[in-house]
Amino acid sequence: MTESITNSRVFKGLAKFGLPRIIIAAFFLLLLFGTAVLDLGVTSALGNCISRWGMYGILALAMVPSVQCGVGLNFGISLGITTGLLGGLISIQLDIANNPALVAISPTFAVLAAFLAAILMACFFAAVLGYFYGLLLNQVKGSEMTVTTYIGFSMIAFMNIMWTVLPFKSGTLIYPNAGRGIRNQVSLDSSYKGAISNILKFKIGSMTVSTGLILFFLFMCLIVWLFMRSKTGLAMSAVGANPMFARAAGINTNKMRLIGTMFSTVLAAVGIITYSQEYGFFQMYNAPQMMGFISAAAVLIGGASPKRATIFNVLLGTFLFQGIMALGLPVANQLFPGTSLSEILRILISNGIILYALAQTKGGSSRE
Amino acid sequence: MEKTEYVLKMDNIAKQYYGNRVLKGVDLSIKPGEIHALMGENGAGKSTLMNILFGMPVIHSTGGFEGTVEIMGQPANIDSPTKAMEYGIGMVHQEFMLIPGFTVAENIKIGREITTPNLLSRIIGPTLETLDFEAMSRDARKALKTIGLQIEDYIKVAGLPVGYMQFIEIAREIDKTGIKLLVFDEPTAVLAESEAERLLEAMRVIADQGIAIIFITHRLDEVMAVADSMTVLRDGEFVARKEVKDTSVVDIAELMIGRKVEKLVEEEYEDNRVLSDENVAIQLRDYKVDMQGERVRGIDLDIRRGEILGIGGLAGQGKLGIPNGIMGLYPAAGTVTVNGQVLNLDKLGEALRHKIAFVSEDRRGVGLLLEESIEQNIVFSALQTNDRFMKKVVWMQFYDHKSASRHANDMIGQLDIRCRSSRQSVGRLSGGNQQKVCLARALTLEPEILFVSEPTRGIDIGAKKLVLELLTKLNRETGMTIIIVSSELVELRSIADRIAIVSDGRLACILKPDDSDANFGLAMSGAWKKGGEEES
Amino acid sequence: MNKNTNLIKRITQMIFDSKVTILFLLLFISAAIISGKSLTFIIPELFTRIARNGFLILSLIIPILAGMGLNFGIVIGAMAAQISLFITIYWGLTGISGFLITALLALPIAAFLGTLVGRLFNQMKGSEMIGGLVLGYFADGFYWLLFLFVFGGVIALDNSKLMIASDASAYNPVSINTAVRCVAVFCLALTLLLAAVRKAKHLAVPVKTLAVKCGLAVFVLVLTFIPQLEPFLSHSTVTNGIGVKNSIDLMGIYKYALDTVPMIKIAEYGFYIYIIIRLVSLVMKMIYRQKINWKSIVIKTAIVCGAYALTFIPAVDEFMRRDKVYLITVVDVLLPFTFGWQAAKWFNARFIEKKSWNWHRAVLPVAGAAVVYLVSFIPAVYKAFQLTQIPVMTYLCIGGVCLLNNGLMKTKLGQDMRTVGQDRTVANAAGIDVDKTRIIAMVFSTVLAAWGQLIYLQNLGTMQTFGHTMVAQYAIAALLVGGASVNKATNRQALLGVFLFHALFVVAAPAIKVLLGGDAGAIEEYFRAFVSYGVIALALALHAWKKKAAK
Repeated sequence: MTESITNSRVFKGLAKFGLPRIIIAAFFLLLLFGTAVLDLGVTSALGNCISRWGMYGILALAMVPSVQCGVGLNFGISLGITTGLLGGLISIQLDIANNPALVAISPTFAVLAAFLAAILMACFFAAVLGYFYGLLLNQVKGSEMTVTTYIGFSMIAFMNIMWTVLPFKSGTLIYPNAGRGIRNQVSLDSSYKGAISNILKFKIGSMTVSTGLILFFLFMCLIVWLFMRSKTGLAMSAVGANPMFARAAGINTNKMRLIGTMFSTVLAAVGIITYSQEYGFFQMYNAPQMMGFISAAAVLIGGASPKRATIFNVLLGTFLFQGIMALGLPVANQLFPGTSLSEILRILISNGIILYALAQTKGGSSRE
Repeated sequence: MEKTEYVLKMDNIAKQYYGNRVLKGVDLSIKPGEIHALMGENGAGKSTLMNILFGMPVIHSTGGFEGTVEIMGQPANIDSPTKAMEYGIGMVHQEFMLIPGFTVAENIKIGREITTPNLLSRIIGPTLETLDFEAMSRDARKALKTIGLQIEDYIKVAGLPVGYMQFIEIAREIDKTGIKLLVFDEPTAVLAESEAERLLEAMRVIADQGIAIIFITHRLDEVMAVADSMTVLRDGEFVARKEVKDTSVVDIAELMIGRKVEKLVEEEYEDNRVLSDENVAIQLRDYKVDMQGERVRGIDLDIRRGEILGIGGLAGQGKLGIPNGIMGLYPAAGTVTVNGQVLNLDKLGEALRHKIAFVSEDRRGVGLLLEESIEQNIVFSALQTNDRFMKKVVWMQFYDHKSASRHANDMIGQLDIRCRSSRQSVGRLSGGNQQKVCLARALTLEPEILFVSEPTRGIDIGAKKLVLELLTKLNRETGMTIIIVSSELVELRSIADRIAIVSDGRLACILKPDDSDANFGLAMSGAWKKGGEEES
Repeated sequence: MNKNTNLIKRITQMIFDSKVTILFLLLFISAAIISGKSLTFIIPELFTRIARNGFLILSLIIPILAGMGLNFGIVIGAMAAQISLFITIYWGLTGISGFLITALLALPIAAFLGTLVGRLFNQMKGSEMIGGLVLGYFADGFYWLLFLFVFGGVIALDNSKLMIASDASAYNPVSINTAVRCVAVFCLALTLLLAAVRKAKHLAVPVKTLAVKCGLAVFVLVLTFIPQLEPFLSHSTVTNGIGVKNSIDLMGIYKYALDTVPMIKIAEYGFYIYIIIRLVSLVMKMIYRQKINWKSIVIKTAIVCGAYALTFIPAVDEFMRRDKVYLITVVDVLLPFTFGWQAAKWFNARFIEKKSWNWHRAVLPVAGAAVVYLVSFIPAVYKAFQLTQIPVMTYLCIGGVCLLNNGLMKTKLGQDMRTVGQDRTVANAAGIDVDKTRIIAMVFSTVLAAWGQLIYLQNLGTMQTFGHTMVAQYAIAALLVGGASVNKATNRQALLGVFLFHALFVVAAPAIKVLLGGDAGAIEEYFRAFVSYGVIALALALHAWKKKAAK
């Protein structure tokens, strides 16, 4: 009897999905149940889930090109994030959102223009940085994960110094009272906060849905999907799956890895700007340090592995992970007030799933 | 007969892997101090026999073996490598088990270091005993002296010439107490000629000390030079055991190849081809390929347009390197001319652009994307090289699933690929069907020249025939030039017009399918004295 | 001609190999000059930092030799140290005795965690470094859970100095006693359950380990019922707060506990320990009928007794009551001492053990000591050396770890570790249990890291309960600066690394102040982070590049 259960398709499918992922999905449902039971407002909580899904989505999406092209989980998306921040800050410095010529057309247009300008500048910086980053990664094949992590950390530390000394003048950016450097959190109130989130925003009861944000996220997913089905995209995936096969088909492995890395970096840059415009602040200095791990954890939870990642993994994983974060905080505060249990939860879940994925690779048998 | 004490007596050894009989009643008997050569083509069963002798786990996890093994007249049950060591059997591997960063003495004593107990070790455990470097050094020097290697025991192994490293391997084995039998697995394959000679001398020295040696090699001249006796295996069967002084090189070659009457291709296709030496599809001059384990050291060859050329030879001799180099998978040098145009060997994909397709010998490693569907595997190369199966949307091109699926189903029908649908993942198919998918991908490119490496490796007999018939059909009906690289002479002799034998990275000679077995044997064994000439 | 080009090639190769070290040296010199600080500031500060961090960095060496790369998991050893520190402070222990008990308590905790880390690493061979990094963060989560939630929340703890005061009426925490009992029963049940599962699957059941695990759980359970242990496992459910304070002041408890051990105590205990070991080893040798070299033993014991007798001379006794020596004294004594040490080795080789002795190897240490002695005559240096104090016990501990690292490598276990580190396949073929050896290496490293963290904290004087996150990065960066790499590290490189790494940071803060004017503040921290991360990124990239080139 037990055999018929264990042999069934469902069981096999679940087994492949992996025990930790099942636990996480179950946990999500548990929290949802808990929210309802503790009467904390299921609808507003769900709304929170959805908006966090849109916020973190593109950052998780940045993992897909790098995994598919064979570079693996790009813990170094901090490079993309810092270039994104740079672009975003410059857009504020230039005060495009309040440019009289643009405001004359319409205030929302000006805000959108500022947002677009930020994205374009971010993409440019990200592409350039991503190019050199990709060249480096081609030299360290096999150890990409460790190297990307530390390059990411070094970049953040370096930019920390830069944020303190770069000549930004705008009041919103720098500390008042002749303080040194850019603020810890740069407010986007006066520039392009909610630029796309506010588009088609609607409320159902206590649930606010930022349609614009979701649409933009899905739009980026579409772009990635289309790319993956183009000739270059297919070639890139082949390189990640089996480099020798790709070579036999005449594909330049290094070039494809370079493209994958650049794409990943650019996506990270776009992702951080999307995130910030919904959040309302640019979080500077050490805040982006854990973004790489969070994004990697999100895709892993969605079913990806260090060698294969699909857009479905991104959609599912980000929703589950951020969902737990969104639901967990109020529930934890209700049950165990005064503790930072949700933060601990984030640490345990995100790092735990990464460890699980690493342990699955099992480099070498136990006899080796 | 008198009661000669054999060091090793293996009687009627049989072994099957999942119904596939790889050893069918093999006998092996070795006297103490005897150098005994074990010969046979690839797949003759030599490695399996040695695995059984060593108690390797792969034997016992697949159902054990039949037959008896006796060591020094006593029945022996060797079920693990450690047991084999206890019985006094040692092995000098082809890939050295040496640590470059350690000294010679440390390598000789690896895992068996000499230690003295100290205070801590008595309390906590023997692993904390102090190493006795002096004693280890003494033993190492003794072993090195025995085989005549003049190096200091305290220098690091890294950077030593290959010949020295092999000697250190040997020293390690004879340092083990109670060694009665040493197996050398193709030891001269990586050695230069002078080093090989020194090795053979050392083997004599070791044998003179009473240690028996099993010498696995395909080099007939070495066998004649140093062995006392030999056993020939063929297709898992015991062919003969002879004293070397009673036989000759030609004899052995014939024994190894044997007589095979089976004809694999039954259909007779209309043959309207005109093959001439002037109409050359590919010309190789001083062609070299740096492929690990299949090095090509300089080949001159003309491949006639429209012919089926077979390239044969023993494993590791370089035949697999030929197509891999042309396709750009491994670094190649020399001049390769395709249809009169020189091929740029450094540029990836050049061969594909010259309408050359390749089915690799490594199905799973190079030939397939195991996680992807049959359809995607079949259309991949044509998609990348010829821009087929793409749909134009505005200015971009995307994967056209409909046309790809149509073509894939077409191929599935043509090649009789057994599967549930074209969307099934390739990794789940049987070996034979996987090979057909690789072939389908190559054919989708609509090539003029097709290289196929080991086309029927690991395929059942029915699929074998189908593949070979298909290749013949393609050749006759479309005039496609086909080059088959294979270690199975039978299939080459079935459908090839000419067969080139590659030995030691060079062209030994080009033979006709109906040439004598002895000629084939000699050519493959590197004992062919004249190179590059045809025998009629 | 050939010899010259060869030499030049060797020198350029040497310089290229130590490029990180040289780069750091240059950075240090330039920063030192910019900062305008004198040697009298730099050198005392520097030697304090070496005392504080040296032990920790030396704990990284064993995993590197065992082929597990840079052990980013030493932060777990630091956590073990802080847990045991918390416990002993809660118990009210102080001083050097309390410190030693803390170290003793940290040993099993760190060893246990070390086996877990080792087993995890065996599942991800080849990705140990990234694994260790992520594991550090993951373990942090549990640590936070323990210190912010379990302590005081789940387990009642009554200590206002340690705990964050809060309204504890929210729920009823359990007493430590109950908690320990629950854990013991849970472990027992789990072990039995797993054994039953294995039985059902027709797998082999390791009876011995099973018995040990069950026995341990039962033992702990029984302990909780012993009345004498009650004060340690309070029954009360009164809690004084949930969660441990952010920083715990060690003043009066353990601050300088190790640093202030007087030399006379060291000499005394050292003498007693030596005598005991000699007697025990003598007895052992007699039991096992091993050869006893009476001459050597008598001479060595005589020397030791003589040295100890010297300490009774009033002048020497007075000197030895101090716990610190001035650096200038050390330098003054260094040259004759080194010379004497080499002479003793020669004597030993010639007359006692009758083996050859290579005098070439003596030249370098003696020359080095001479150079240092000469340098100390420079007035600025002399003044600086006069002011620097060396805590003897701590430096002896550092010396002890160096000896341990070397001694271990002379044993079969050490050789096994080296073999596994060089080539796992060959090690396996030679009959070495690769997995077990790697786990043992991890245990060593974690335990040493725990003790290193304790030494660090006792010198710092404050325990930042949650401030251990950068422990691994700084230690690893320092080791790399000393010239070590992912697969090779020596004691010398570790010590050089501590020296240079911390030298740079001593002068970095004032240099930045000078460069940018005004308060450096956060920039100093960012700079330190950047340098650490950068050094590690550089070393990892170089190692990966070399690995790829070798293929």
